[in-house]
Amino acid sequence: MAAFSLTINNKKHDVDVDPKMPLLWVIRDVIGLTGTKYGCGIAQCGACTVHVGDAAVRACMYPVENVGQQKVTTIEGLSEKGDHPLQLAWEEVDVPQCGYCQSGQIMAAAALLKSNPHPSENDIHNAMTNICRCATYNRIKKAIGQAAGNKITIPNA
Amino acid sequence: MQEQAKLNRRNFIRISAFTGGGLVLGFNYFLSSCSTSQDGGQVIDLNAFVKIDTKGRVTIMSPNPEVGQGVKTSLPMLVAEELDVDWKEIKIEQAGLDTVNYKRQVAGGSGSVRESWESFRKVGATARQMLINAAAAAWGVPAGECATENGYVVYKGKKKAYGELVEQAAKLKVPEDVPVKPAASFRIIGQRTRNVDNHAIVTGQYKYGIDTKREGMLYATIIRPPAFGMTLEALDDAEAKKSPGVQQVLRFDNKIAVLGRSTWEVMQAAKKVKPQWKEEGTLESTADYTEKLHGILAKKPEDKPRRQDGDIGQAFAKAAKVIALEFDAPFLAHNTMEPMNFFAHVKADSAELYGPIQTPERARGRIAELLKLPEEKISVMMTRMGGGFGRRLMTDFVEEAAMVSRLAGNVPVNVIWSREDDMTGGFYRPMCSYRYKAALDGNNQLVAWHHYSAGVSGGGASPDSFPAGAVPNLQVDAHTYKSPVTTAPWRGPTHNYIAFSEQSFLDEIARQAGKDPVAFRLELLEQAKANPVGKVNYEPDRFAAVIKKAAEIGGWGKSKGENIFQGFAAHFSFASYVAQVAEVEKQADGKLRLKKVYCVVDCGTVVNPSGAETQVEGSIIDGIGHAMYAELTLTNGRPDQSNFHNYRMIRMREAPAVEIHFMQSSVAPTGLGEPCLPPAGAALANAVFAASGVRLRNQPFIKSGLFA
Repeated sequence: MAAFSLTINNKKHDVDVDPKMPLLWVIRDVIGLTGTKYGCGIAQCGACTVHVGDAAVRACMYPVENVGQQKVTTIEGLSEKGDHPLQLAWEEVDVPQCGYCQSGQIMAAAALLKSNPHPSENDIHNAMTNICRCATYNRIKKAIGQAAGNKITIPNA
Repeated sequence: MQEQAKLNRRNFIRISAFTGGGLVLGFNYFLSSCSTSQDGGQVIDLNAFVKIDTKGRVTIMSPNPEVGQGVKTSLPMLVAEELDVDWKEIKIEQAGLDTVNYKRQVAGGSGSVRESWESFRKVGATARQMLINAAAAAWGVPAGECATENGYVVYKGKKKAYGELVEQAAKLKVPEDVPVKPAASFRIIGQRTRNVDNHAIVTGQYKYGIDTKREGMLYATIIRPPAFGMTLEALDDAEAKKSPGVQQVLRFDNKIAVLGRSTWEVMQAAKKVKPQWKEEGTLESTADYTEKLHGILAKKPEDKPRRQDGDIGQAFAKAAKVIALEFDAPFLAHNTMEPMNFFAHVKADSAELYGPIQTPERARGRIAELLKLPEEKISVMMTRMGGGFGRRLMTDFVEEAAMVSRLAGNVPVNVIWSREDDMTGGFYRPMCSYRYKAALDGNNQLVAWHHYSAGVSGGGASPDSFPAGAVPNLQVDAHTYKSPVTTAPWRGPTHNYIAFSEQSFLDEIARQAGKDPVAFRLELLEQAKANPVGKVNYEPDRFAAVIKKAAEIGGWGKSKGENIFQGFAAHFSFASYVAQVAEVEKQADGKLRLKKVYCVVDCGTVVNPSGAETQVEGSIIDGIGHAMYAELTLTNGRPDQSNFHNYRMIRMREAPAVEIHFMQSSVAPTGLGEPCLPPAGAALANAVFAASGVRLRNQPFIKSGLFA
């Protein structure tokens, strides 16, 4: 066990946990923010995507000791009022079916748009490798396009 | 809930929970009650579905489990339509299991909307009539001359809000046989309506079952036998018990539960448990099953045919041409994104169950049996599920949670499965093999059809599936090989693999008969209409209409460039008609890539076009993904795949574009969560045949080496 001082969604949290505990479980079980989801535990599905600094990170394999001084952002802290352009687009395009993977999808998309505000369809495919078992992929793509200012043409999406 | 006073015994109206602030109008069909809202409004239940407080706020209860199929939006739309309220102003709440007030609280069989279409509208219309009657009485005017407008009862310039009327309305006799609106008057049904939980989901606020956390709750993980056919002999838990955060290690059945303060800590501790497993009988592998299934198909069917029209023996003996093909489909895991989990808090004489379940009533029955508790002492609350696909029709994970809670000393527990537990823990789509045989006469007419299927721990045939009804001599046989592998319905059960093989075989027959695959299907449907053979469970005209429309929107038979190839499939399931055209592109290197699927659906009235389209698009991509990439294999009873690194799921880059057309219809809605999945793999396989001449007969298709 070791003490860590984490800044999550601009709020300081002091935790005493195993340094190897993945950030996902610190966020979910220790701090109690459950918007970040567990899907596979091996960084394959992306349901646990959060931002460490500006980068999208799959928190299920990211040991808490690696966070250091970097700020962590979860879906709960993506915007103050739930009005990040991606969140608005997700609602408007009516993306969620079961909804479980969507917080991870949005966090992956948010990191993409931060580094690449007008991604091509191929850029989106490269960045969005999260699994959606309901297969809402085309609507996700459409929502990203909408949030990016409709600069992307998605056939039939 | 302080007092309950039955106001009208015959109609079961009652006022309950009168604590001093607001009122709710609820619907056991006919049960009204009243309680106080937080800000002092009185809430009246007009029945178990509708609550209206004295300030006019309307809440509609959604009794069916929400698994991503959209019923928490579409079912309340039915009530709101008839109640005549402003959709934007109302609140939707999930109801728990309540078999007194609700019927069929099940997410399965693509049945929620079709089973609720009449009754939910009736509920809304009855509540509206009660409000009208209350206003008419207050004004001393005939109820028949009053109308409603978006939350108000109106009469010649007079106007009263529902909130002003609800208290009085709840005291009135519940009207019987209230008519529902004609379709032409719908203003909510048929409108694109967003998922009511969208905001909570996109902000991370929605609490799924796995997010459940309670005072004193322990997280638990369970170690189950690693192979089908193994039992637990002994265990050494000394190391695990010393692991940080661990509070208890329990043994029950053939399982070991590790309980502690965080999910990760119990998962880590579980790795330190040293179980000894014992083999019970032979441990079987996929290769054994393939051999067994093919062995069954090579022999004459032993069981009674599932369907028998005419005499296939004679027809095959006289045939001008016999065509035969065999198909194999693997076990599939359900792989819901939210792994199995359930919260249970068992007490001495009661139990609370809370979590993602498609069959809450069945779960309650099982727990009552298991814990020897009366059903009325067990509460079940359903959370929005992070997917189900049939896995959550099972109740094993609820039973485990209840057992662990009891054995741990009646502590509240949330049992969480790791992805590996979930994928290797069983309840798969049955592995199946099929043999199809068809006879053509001298005029290339299909005169005989034999479908023979064999499955491991399930499978089976869909005996009345098209072309049944259109072929004079038809026989369907099915045989099940019993194995220790547990199987369960998987989205579009039976149809999901039958459609692939049946539609591929129809394509093959058409090609060999020198007929266009679309024209061939239409010709068969003409026969089913003119000379129906045996039971025909589809309407040939509706089926033909979707086929024609799909050919039209897909540009069937028209050149789309020399590298574009199309495949066709159509399937009837869950009372809905679906036809699809899949379009593949042949790349410069000869490899194929699926670009687009056109889909036409006749599912009767579409309640929510936005929800309906996403079901269609999602189920097509789901069907394509599983046909292309997925299989679960076993070696000596152990699943070879354990997580998404070796069980491939379709991702965004591989998802085809989907173009959807719904047939205009005013008949009652039919199933939609499943029917578009079964034909998707066949449409793709038939496009692959068009492009390459290779008939894909085994899933996953990726193994063919034909794809980019």
